[in-house]
Amino acid sequence: MSPAAICLTTIVAIVAIGTAIGFLAGVRRRMDLEQWTVGGRGFGVALVFLLMAGEVYTTFAFLGASGWAYSRGGPVLYVLAYLTLAYVVSFFILPPLWELGRRFGLQTQSDFFTLRYGNRYLAALVCIVGIASFIPYLQLQITGVGIIVAIASYDGIGRTPAMAVAVLLLVGFVLASGVRAVAWVSVVKDVLMVFAALAIGICIPLQHFGGIGPMFAALAQQRPGHLTMPGATSNLGHAWFVSTVLLTSLGFYMWPHSFAATFTAKSADTLRRNAVVMPLYTLTLAFIFFASFAAVLLVPGLPNGDLALLTLVRKSFPPWFLGVVGGAGALTAMVPASVFILTAATLFAKNLCRALLAPAMSDDQVARLARVMVVVLGLISLSLAMSSSTTLVSLLLTGYAGVSQFFPGVVLGLYWKRVTATAVFAGLLAGVAAAVLLMLTHRDPLFGLSAGFVALCLNFVIVAVVSLLKARAVRDADVEPLPMHG
Amino acid sequence: MSRPTTGALLLALIPFTAMCFSVPLWDRVTPMVLGLPFNLFWLTAWIVLSPLCMWGAYRLERARAARAERRT
Repeated sequence: MSPAAICLTTIVAIVAIGTAIGFLAGVRRRMDLEQWTVGGRGFGVALVFLLMAGEVYTTFAFLGASGWAYSRGGPVLYVLAYLTLAYVVSFFILPPLWELGRRFGLQTQSDFFTLRYGNRYLAALVCIVGIASFIPYLQLQITGVGIIVAIASYDGIGRTPAMAVAVLLLVGFVLASGVRAVAWVSVVKDVLMVFAALAIGICIPLQHFGGIGPMFAALAQQRPGHLTMPGATSNLGHAWFVSTVLLTSLGFYMWPHSFAATFTAKSADTLRRNAVVMPLYTLTLAFIFFASFAAVLLVPGLPNGDLALLTLVRKSFPPWFLGVVGGAGALTAMVPASVFILTAATLFAKNLCRALLAPAMSDDQVARLARVMVVVLGLISLSLAMSSSTTLVSLLLTGYAGVSQFFPGVVLGLYWKRVTATAVFAGLLAGVAAAVLLMLTHRDPLFGLSAGFVALCLNFVIVAVVSLLKARAVRDADVEPLPMHG
Repeated sequence: MSRPTTGALLLALIPFTAMCFSVPLWDRVTPMVLGLPFNLFWLTAWIVLSPLCMWGAYRLERARAARAERRT
């Protein structure tokens, strides 16, 4: 067998096993809307951990972060900081959210906004911004699979057919089993990914330099500026680091799917304990960084940094091992992508269509419409992934600039009685508009600060000022949560 | 919603200060520790230390929840 055939066979086997586990997980349960979207609200620490880790460690960590370590250097360290701090933030936000979820039967992020602010236009805006922010994130995962298969086939298979197969598989698996499948496929994916990361991170420096220490010493000598900020960039310095870490760690649980994963937990205490232990999982990434920094010296001059890690693995290991890494990488893209599709489809069907256009729809009809949307969204993201060539990190940061704008509405909604629907609506609209405008006019970073962060600050100020003005005018800003249906 | 205890918030501020706000102090290559550039070593160390801080915060929140339960 040729190296490409060995490698691709391994990838196919791993993806097939992962997918089979996903299908089996969904077979024996009746899939009503509640079971499909929040797993019947019965997940303990272990399953919530797997579900959340499954969504967090996407192909971004695998290829995108290593791509930036290769092409930008020091600024990539923001990833280690924000993933750890995101869990610190979650310790304070998720438990009260879960309490509300259980008391009022919340399933989606938009449900929360409907409940807290009683304004269906705000809830609809939240849906639209959420679905729009998913698109770059989905595109990232599908592009990732394309890169993996292209490299694993020793450039024999093009990216486009690879991406098409990935979309087909993931749509099938979401339709068959919903959220429970995702938690169980995460088991396979995480075991493989930790194994691959440790093997790559330890073996590559050992093989080529005689250890991690000598590797960094060589890099520090040959490329002295690469390891600190701003690294190989001119404008990603310390102000950018602080603003990006704040933006992304606050925005982390604002992703509609992470928000919804909260509701799968068995208790608020599960979520607190989860927040305590989750940062340890970030250690895996440090090992991926070891290999990606080694790539700077070993495979210099690649046109696209996102190719660095796998190119180096292909150069250093036998084909079957490249296959294992590729298979882990492919699952790492498909598991989160299926969560994104599932969440976006549910948001569209339940919180946009039913809430605004067709209030008479039954739960079963909503579930059926959501399944149709899974297919539609899969096709949209596939076509985008085929036509664009942005780096993976830029795609992720674009999504973050959008979802982080929910933070004021969520955190003030939980802890400050006076905040009003009008204020949150105005803040969200201004924040999203500012982020889009700054990015489209290439003003990111703005004065050294991340554009999304500047937009988030504007958003916060508007929410606070409008809420206070309203409170002074009316004097009865005590908003009672509205009981909701369905 | 009941607000978190001040102690828990202060404990949460420790990782934020260490990993984010203090970046100019630790973003350097030397001294290398355990073979890692200093900034990478520092962040990796805090990935392990942050759960300790949050475990303390967890204990405080549990104690508060227990007190609240006894009152009702």
